Amino acid sequence: MKEEGVQLIVDGKRLDGRGLEDLRPIKIEVGVLKRADGSCYVELGKNKAIAAVYGPREMHPRHFQDAKMARITYRYNMAPFSVDERKRPGPDRRSVEISKVSREALDPVVIKEYYPKTAIDVYVELLQSDAGTRTAGINAASVALAAAGIPMRDLVSSVAVGKIEGQVALDLNALEDNYGEADMPVAMIARTDTFTMLQMDGRFTTDEWKRGLALAKTACHQIYELQRQALIEKYSESIVEGVV
Amino acid sequence: MSMYKVVVPGDYISDEVNRAGEGTYIEGGKVYAMNYGIVTEKEELRVVALSGKYVPARGDIVIGKIAEISYPYWIADIASPYEGRIHITEFGRGPERKIEFSTMSNYLDLGDLIVAKVLNVDALMRVDLTLKEEFKIGDRGRLVEISHTKVPRVIGRSGSMIKMLKEKCNCFIFIAKNGRIWIKGNDADMNLALQVILMIANEAHTSGLTDRVATFLESFKREGRRG
Repeated sequence: MKEEGVQLIVDGKRLDGRGLEDLRPIKIEVGVLKRADGSCYVELGKNKAIAAVYGPREMHPRHFQDAKMARITYRYNMAPFSVDERKRPGPDRRSVEISKVSREALDPVVIKEYYPKTAIDVYVELLQSDAGTRTAGINAASVALAAAGIPMRDLVSSVAVGKIEGQVALDLNALEDNYGEADMPVAMIARTDTFTMLQMDGRFTTDEWKRGLALAKTACHQIYELQRQALIEKYSESIVEGVV
Repeated sequence: MSMYKVVVPGDYISDEVNRAGEGTYIEGGKVYAMNYGIVTEKEELRVVALSGKYVPARGDIVIGKIAEISYPYWIADIASPYEGRIHITEFGRGPERKIEFSTMSNYLDLGDLIVAKVLNVDALMRVDLTLKEEFKIGDRGRLVEISHTKVPRVIGRSGSMIKMLKEKCNCFIFIAKNGRIWIKGNDADMNLALQVILMIANEAHTSGLTDRVATFLESFKREGRRG
């Protein structure tokens, strides 16, 4: 970090003007795609993620069907133009991993027993990426699932914490992620404080890790409120449209 | 009229566990919402979902489209993740009435629209259908498909909305549980009915909808039907 000469914290502020415990601005919009059963668009700072949910629908190929419950598939995909250097299109090691952990982050809240033998397909596309894309994707997917009318126990909220210049910081952006010392994406059910995803890249001391997790927890609660608000606002919007 | 209360999955609803109904779940002695929808508080606490797929239940009347012929069944798409099936004995039993695979399409062919009742849904989600007396829709009328969650709104409280629709549009209108609606009448009448049904589906969860639909139908009448 020192040798690159990038100073990530200046006068206690981060390069984008945030404090160490601040989230990037978040925008959540429900029902942005007409053809999907449920959809959601999320902006997390410079990240732009769009989630589309299809189903429950008949599972193909049939031998993938589960006689007792629905199966969730999750595809995380970055657009070739979402990053500075063109990303080679198509699945790669990284996106396969992210798809897997994201699916598992959402899996515990979906009440899959209601739709045996079916498939619930979640597609998450990243139009613009600036670190923390999987968390933006999970936030969008969770809202899109609810909007699709899928029975769920809760919504899932997600955020990352990291370490820059030896200090624990919330929600790293790309620059901080590249020159920082650690990054830890977290997904959780806000109501019950249950973690459904926890990954870590880099190093934290035990104390830092605990502080980071506590920070992530608080942030997830904030994000949860925004997700909930977005869903409720979508509904009130339909009232206004209806009156006109 | 009370305001609608919108909930998202995981929202706390009540402590009254024994009133928990559809669209809710119980955890730690409390009732929570399981769906994104509207809470209705009658004897039961229910969450009426704003969207979602139709799941067939015994006794439902559905409109299906024959999608496949697979002896001894016709397989019908019923706007659901699950397909319905109609057994050949629907067209009579006994050796003299025995239908061969080669003649099945004479009775029901691919693409035919049918009205049927759900006889049974088994644990494997196989849906047995039985045909209604007047089961073939054929080319008489039109078919509209809306979300099955909007069906109660098109019917209205104790059938008020559908009654008004039928009278004002001068059409035969049949609403199936799976969100498919069969309209029969002359072209202009059907256009009007279609327009109104889509309006109801779009504004399904707004208050004062019946009045708005009534006003719309009245204004349409005054302006002249074929204008």
